Amino acid sequence: MPERNGAVRVGVYVCHCGSNIAGIVDCKEVAEYAAGLIHVVVSRDYKYMCSDPGQDLIRNDIQEHKLNRIVVAACSPHLHEHTFRVATANGGLNPYYMTMVNIREQDSWVHTDRQAATEKASDLVRAAIRRVVLQRPLEKARVPIDPNVLVVGGGIAGIHAALTLANAGKHVYLVEREATIGGHMAMFDKTFPTLDCAACILTPKMSAVKAHPNITLWAYSDVEKVDGYVGNYKVRVRRRTRYIREDLCAGCQECIEACVYKQPKFADEFNQGLGKRRPIYLPFPQAIPQTPVIDRDTCIEFNEPRKIRWLTSLSQGAFSAPRGQCCLSPHFARLWKSGKCKKTCLEACGDRHAIDFKLQDQLEEIKVGTIILATGFQPFDAKRIPYYGYGHYPNVYTSLEIERLVNASGPAAGEVVLRDGKTVPKSIGIIHCVGSRDENTNRWCSRVCCMYSLKLAHLLKEHTGADIFNFYIDMRTPGKSFEEFYQRLLSEGVHFIRGKVAEVTDWVFDPSEEGKLTLRVEDTLLGVVRRIPVDMVVLSVGMEGHQDAQDVRRLFNITCSTEGFFQERHPKLAPVNTFTDGIFLAGCCQGPKDIPDTVAQAGAAAAEALALICAGYVEQEPNCAYVIEEECSGCKTCIPLCPYSAISFREDNRAEVNPVLCKGCGTCVAACPSGSLQQRMFEDDELFEEIEGVLVHA
Amino acid sequence: MKPKVAFYWCASCGGCEEAVVDLAESILDVVAAVDIVLWPVALDFKKADVEAMEDGSIAAAFINGAIRTTEQEEWAHLLRRKAQTVIAVGACAQMGGIPGLANFSNRAGVFQTVYQESPSTVNAEGVVPETTHRDNGHTLTLPGFFDTVQALHQVIDVDYFIPGCPPTPQLLADAVAALLAGKLPEKGAVLAPDQALCLDCPRKDTKPERLAISEFKRPHEILIDQEKCLLTQGLLCLGPATRSGCGSRCIEGNMPCTGCFGPTSRVRDYGGKVLSAIASAADSNDEDQIVSILAGIPDPVGTFYRYSLPVSELQRKRL
Amino acid sequence: MLETVKEAKNQEATAFEPRIVAFFCNWCTYLAADLAGTSRMKYPPNARVIRVMCSGRLDPQFILKAFADGADGVLIGGCHPGDCHYQEGNYKCLRRFHLLKRVVKEMGIEDGRFRLEWISASEGDRLRTVMIDMVEKVRALGPLHWNAPVEEVAVS
Repeated sequence: MPERNGAVRVGVYVCHCGSNIAGIVDCKEVAEYAAGLIHVVVSRDYKYMCSDPGQDLIRNDIQEHKLNRIVVAACSPHLHEHTFRVATANGGLNPYYMTMVNIREQDSWVHTDRQAATEKASDLVRAAIRRVVLQRPLEKARVPIDPNVLVVGGGIAGIHAALTLANAGKHVYLVEREATIGGHMAMFDKTFPTLDCAACILTPKMSAVKAHPNITLWAYSDVEKVDGYVGNYKVRVRRRTRYIREDLCAGCQECIEACVYKQPKFADEFNQGLGKRRPIYLPFPQAIPQTPVIDRDTCIEFNEPRKIRWLTSLSQGAFSAPRGQCCLSPHFARLWKSGKCKKTCLEACGDRHAIDFKLQDQLEEIKVGTIILATGFQPFDAKRIPYYGYGHYPNVYTSLEIERLVNASGPAAGEVVLRDGKTVPKSIGIIHCVGSRDENTNRWCSRVCCMYSLKLAHLLKEHTGADIFNFYIDMRTPGKSFEEFYQRLLSEGVHFIRGKVAEVTDWVFDPSEEGKLTLRVEDTLLGVVRRIPVDMVVLSVGMEGHQDAQDVRRLFNITCSTEGFFQERHPKLAPVNTFTDGIFLAGCCQGPKDIPDTVAQAGAAAAEALALICAGYVEQEPNCAYVIEEECSGCKTCIPLCPYSAISFREDNRAEVNPVLCKGCGTCVAACPSGSLQQRMFEDDELFEEIEGVLVHA
Repeated sequence: MKPKVAFYWCASCGGCEEAVVDLAESILDVVAAVDIVLWPVALDFKKADVEAMEDGSIAAAFINGAIRTTEQEEWAHLLRRKAQTVIAVGACAQMGGIPGLANFSNRAGVFQTVYQESPSTVNAEGVVPETTHRDNGHTLTLPGFFDTVQALHQVIDVDYFIPGCPPTPQLLADAVAALLAGKLPEKGAVLAPDQALCLDCPRKDTKPERLAISEFKRPHEILIDQEKCLLTQGLLCLGPATRSGCGSRCIEGNMPCTGCFGPTSRVRDYGGKVLSAIASAADSNDEDQIVSILAGIPDPVGTFYRYSLPVSELQRKRL
Repeated sequence: MLETVKEAKNQEATAFEPRIVAFFCNWCTYLAADLAGTSRMKYPPNARVIRVMCSGRLDPQFILKAFADGADGVLIGGCHPGDCHYQEGNYKCLRRFHLLKRVVKEMGIEDGRFRLEWISASEGDRLRTVMIDMVEKVRALGPLHWNAPVEEVAVS
């Protein structure tokens, strides 16, 4: 039975929240009801409890009426619990003697029956009063913050975040999965709306990363394991080997020239499979680090020639690069015996001795206080929309393929030609919203596609002089100078047709369509169905979360939204925070966005990390589990239940909870068969009172 | 004047009386120190004798057994009036005990089984007990039979509890000694240690820190290892949830603890708590596998509430 | 006689408002309920929510007490398997739920009164659907009235 601790004096405050609560819940009635309950000394209703006068009510009442418990019935504790804890503390009372009741998000905003909503509020307040009587005075624990930061992902978001933090004097580990930083931005030709060359504005930042003394750059690396909690993360990083030592490589690229493959044979991933590379390669000329990679899957030294031939045939048949799947898995590796190569690359390297085929992956263990995830997006796989013919008709391209085509350092040196390698297209159709705003695939708008479709229209017109048709549902150009960019395109003679393309077909209806791809579309402005034959079709593919987003987010203990992007803590007020303290998001991994928004968000994430680091410590809610020592029987039931290994078994046959490791889930408490484990803030007796309180009328 | 003590048995098997007898020679010390004014199993005092006593004149009444009939309820109330201290002895008085399992049924159901349906019953007329019966001008009465079994403290205020099915003679002797010396703890206490059995268990060192059960076993299904922790062998040993003080006799007898000493003071519903601990040890995160592992416990209510059904949150089955 | 009793029961059934106690985990289901509120979704007011940090905190004693104290239905809301904010708490809850479910059923509490649902923080709409569905199902089952005093009639 609960102990009534002497003179318990409860103050109850029922907030109107303007008409948000008072519009449905009769706050006066709730306050009057509460006034009649045992222990309640003061019971008020007030317009805005979170305002200064509202908080002063609490503060003054504590002092004047010698209150020692506070109940605030208002919005969700997720919003204002902190506010009222502070108000309680300002009144001279331990802040954990305050409890909140949610009568807005979970009452007035979701119910329409006034009487029922008021009754619900009264029940909840009654339960809270019973609960608060048993609450204990608690102190927040302080956890120190390690000043080092881990940034995962070396695209523009990761680069900007890393540079900001490094410039602030903090040490940053930048881990990037690919062999070079730069991300998707490095693949673009020009950026909208200014038509700045993407590489020109990106590469200075990439070089700055390389040169910065405060940044440790690990490219071609993966995060393998994350342990710990805010301020105190232990991360294991696998640095995959290029078989070339970064510290010895001079970046001369003579090894690439010397490779036994006189002609490159393998699909070049950076160029979206449009070009070819050798097994030893640099992803693109300005790659950082400027160290080539020897690809274990295609180099003869590691593979039998017939496997290489088989891989080569795969490359020739594919329009997009194979990303190292089934046949290349370790399972199959044992079927292919290691070949022997002349290793002309080694010879070419000569005295520098940078190439070493005996190198192994390296595992690094680092300690950081905060982590920024900037892992970017994955473009929508256009093959999922078969009626657009990608992968079936050769001259259907994705937008990223076009970016590489028009790029001067791309596979065709900026010459836009069809897949036959020579024909310049005379007419091009650009289809917006491929894999976006689509009931059948992805429902969301990917935000950047209208703008980049306009940009590609401009660039393609510039490169080919062709007739360009943009097929759109709506034209979304909301940013600074974006509308003006659209107007410019309108004046350049590009044709705009408002309608969703139903199919891309080579079925000829009319001689003018012979040898072309025909787009069937309902022109909703004209009100007719049209057939428009073109030489080349460009699919403006949308953005998605990475395929392995679920695995990555479990690694970091954050959540994904239903769309597959990482979940922010609050869509409006906390767009870079996650629900896990100390882990922040930047860039497209959180949702589709363009480069200016990405950079802004990266700066925001860096600022959040800096705020923690500069404060030096973070305060933890004191909701840990604890063992009542003299009562513990050493039954060990709790020990295997803790995922953080926070419970250890002592030599004197007692369990012990490490409060630093305990995250306060309470799973061990529910299992303890002798009731010797309790959780602060969620004690058994507090919860029993709350249950009884909602059901049993006083 | 020697203090007066009374012993009474309600819905009981007699085991708690045997526990008193098991005091062996020490019983002589007890008898020498007190004046026994009521002990139906051994002495011939009648109800009228007790009714005639002054209220509060009995120092302590030791009552065992659950409350099943009106007679037991009347005697409980009577003894409460006549005794200064009432001590509930044994699992039945404390929690309802084995008779408490009848709370799966009710009077009609019990009578039906016992007087009509059991295999060896011959009862063509369908005679069942009644509270009054007239025969040849005479009226015979029987106590009324409640639908629900209750523990002693659910009908009268109880001052102390001695747990066990039955309590060990040592526990009884200690309780009597404490009573006589005036050294009883705060009212409402259970007169046994407030930790679980694992603390005292002779096999505790063999229990691993990470127990994970992939299959539950019943005692007749395996050859039970004499040295290893019984839970580790897949047996449903309820030691982790059960108060110690019994000397781990069942464990030493190579059988798992069934929970007769009840919960520690910090637990409200014994069955709920112990099932939480047991289920948490099921070695799987896959829903179908979990269900399959738990199917190895054929009778969860009977197993986890063997002695405590009447004092559980739900108390009885809704029929 | 039987007809009027039936009619009275039917009337009682339609007028009956189930009392549901809902245990929601702080990180998923509680936030989903908040989201339903922010989005102004509507659902019946029968549930009383008790917040815990994780569905793993749920001691079977709480559920049993809720029924014993008069709840007609008990709902547990936690994170989807694999998504628990504390890694595995919801799996422990799942294990206990399955054993407790059998106990609850054996004690005469019908299927449909005790429910476990996985609802993530972004699933405000699902929270609403579950609430509506649960209230309707429990309404059809009728009041449980576990705590209604039962007259112990000793005479046979």
